Amino acid sequence: MARDMIQMTGVDKNYFVGTPNELHILKKISLTIQEGEFVSIVGVSGSGKSTLMNLIGVLDRPSAGTYLLDGMPVNRMTDNQMSDIRCEKIGFVFQTFNLIPRNDALKNVELPMLYAGVDAKTRTRRSRELLELVGMEERMHHQPNELSGGQKQRVAIARALANDPPILLADEPTGSLDSATGRMVMDLFHRVHEESHKTVILVTHNPALAEETERIVTIRDGEIIDDRAGGGKAVSR
Amino acid sequence: MFLKENALLAVAGLKANRMRSFLTMLGIIIGIGAVIAIVSIGDAVTAKVSDAMSGIGANVIQVYVTPRDAKNTTTDVTVGGTNMDDSDMISMDQINAFRKKFADEISSVSVQESYGDGKVQDGHLSSNISVVGVDPGYLDVSSVKMVKGRFLRDRDIDANRRVVVVSDRLVSDMFRGSTDPIGKEVSMEVGGWNESFTIVGVYKYERSSLGGMTVSGNPRTSFYIPISVEKEQAQYQNYYYFSLKSKSIGGSDAFCKKIDSYFSKVFAGNSKYTCQSYNMESMMSSVTSVMGTISVAIAAIAAIALLVGGIGVMNIMLVSVTERTREIGTRKALGARNSYIRAQFIVEAVIICLIGGVLGIGFGVLLAWIGDSLIGVKLVVSFPVVLFSVGFSMLIGIFFGYYPAKKASRLDPIDALRYE
Repeated sequence: MARDMIQMTGVDKNYFVGTPNELHILKKISLTIQEGEFVSIVGVSGSGKSTLMNLIGVLDRPSAGTYLLDGMPVNRMTDNQMSDIRCEKIGFVFQTFNLIPRNDALKNVELPMLYAGVDAKTRTRRSRELLELVGMEERMHHQPNELSGGQKQRVAIARALANDPPILLADEPTGSLDSATGRMVMDLFHRVHEESHKTVILVTHNPALAEETERIVTIRDGEIIDDRAGGGKAVSR
Repeated sequence: MFLKENALLAVAGLKANRMRSFLTMLGIIIGIGAVIAIVSIGDAVTAKVSDAMSGIGANVIQVYVTPRDAKNTTTDVTVGGTNMDDSDMISMDQINAFRKKFADEISSVSVQESYGDGKVQDGHLSSNISVVGVDPGYLDVSSVKMVKGRFLRDRDIDANRRVVVVSDRLVSDMFRGSTDPIGKEVSMEVGGWNESFTIVGVYKYERSSLGGMTVSGNPRTSFYIPISVEKEQAQYQNYYYFSLKSKSIGGSDAFCKKIDSYFSKVFAGNSKYTCQSYNMESMMSSVTSVMGTISVAIAAIAAIALLVGGIGVMNIMLVSVTERTREIGTRKALGARNSYIRAQFIVEAVIICLIGGVLGIGFGVLLAWIGDSLIGVKLVVSFPVVLFSVGFSMLIGIFFGYYPAKKASRLDPIDALRYE
């Protein structure tokens, strides 16, 4: 039996709490994602999927309800605890890559390990391995502005894997790429998922991409309206 | 925290914005440069002044008649009251009695009196002079160095002989170096007193930065005549100051105290005046205190420059934080604690200030070198001041980098990631 990696129960997220224009962005969300699942969260813009992603990624705390990440309650965590959780448990992949400028690919991949307190030698070694894994070993000394979009995203995926987190959280990872490179990036996610059995959560508005995953959670107006199996190959449980 | 990584990152960032980085550093460069230049020029001038004064003789003490009301308020060497007359001054008898009393501690005593400025003339040849009446002891208590002939003797004084010791400068002015000046007569004119003197000796004129220049640029040199001859013309027969050379090295403060207490008894009956002795140390301290005051004033200006420079650094750091909002958001998402972000920006500010400080030291040394060569003194760079400058510029970085760094560290990661 796989463990529950994400366990949300009755989670609300409100803004302007207590004012007349209080906004209820997420309403009573209950969502459980198990270790090793490849899940996509889909919804149109304004549906609340970004807010949900921020909560899952421990960038924010729920207004109400409970959120257990790998069994740990996020509700009452301090900023430092949240930073440490992000560092150890979550690998972020962004639509706009968000590589650190003026740092070469190698340094970018090293960064999460730097924050995790890994020594310099180990950092460099692992960073090289990861860049090889994503096929970027040739360009590890290139700066972000010397890389194409697809190459940047591959470096970003390597960076997300740096601290070997159990969760990969990707926000529209192919949104800034043409279809061919987008395909390549998606293949890379599939490969990482199959080889490492990480929980991969893909946030997207693209239904075709969502269909590739094992499970599709659809969100609209802050509520989960659909949660079904996708066309992706299911991991044996 | 991650000092090396952050320092490398900061340097890379500075390189990417060379012009902006340089302009930011400019305030620090000017401030630190000013500090270095002021301190090293000040040191050089003080060294030169003390050098010039030590030429007078380290164990020379000068005893002045000073007004009683000014006695405790100043170490100023300007003396000579407006209402002073012979009864307020020191008589030769008093000097001789004093000399007798401290015979063990005094190696020589000299009286001297400046008469005034004038010139010697022979046809179209002339030389500016300053007439000084001296006694033979003067050679001992002054820095005069003879190059030809002899100095004045007791016999010259006793017989009121019209003899003079002149400078080599006067000799070259008057004789164009063609003949031996010893035994030659020169006619001098000073404030209505015209008289001819026979040259018995020539001393070496040393150009001093402290004075002796005339408007025309020709130096005014001392024209040493017997004190007895000078006194024939002088208004007063007594002396308002005299010099002595002590046997103990340094003309110690203790001996000065003894002299002061001796003369306070001699002058006990005088309600307005008493005597005050000065040794090299007390004269030096008055010079250094003047230098100190000037230094403090300019240091205050340098401090303002550094303050303005620091504000410039803060300003550019705030711009940098705004420009790099997304980067900060990314770093936070990747697990950077707030304190790491804060450290990153403080290190960056410190690096800016440190580079500015080092460039400022170079700039300051250059300024000091130019200044020193204009004044004609040797360049002195004080290592502790350099060290202090480096440390101080780092402190500026920490102080003015803290607020922008704190602002960066407090950014909400979600807002920061979304920032365009």
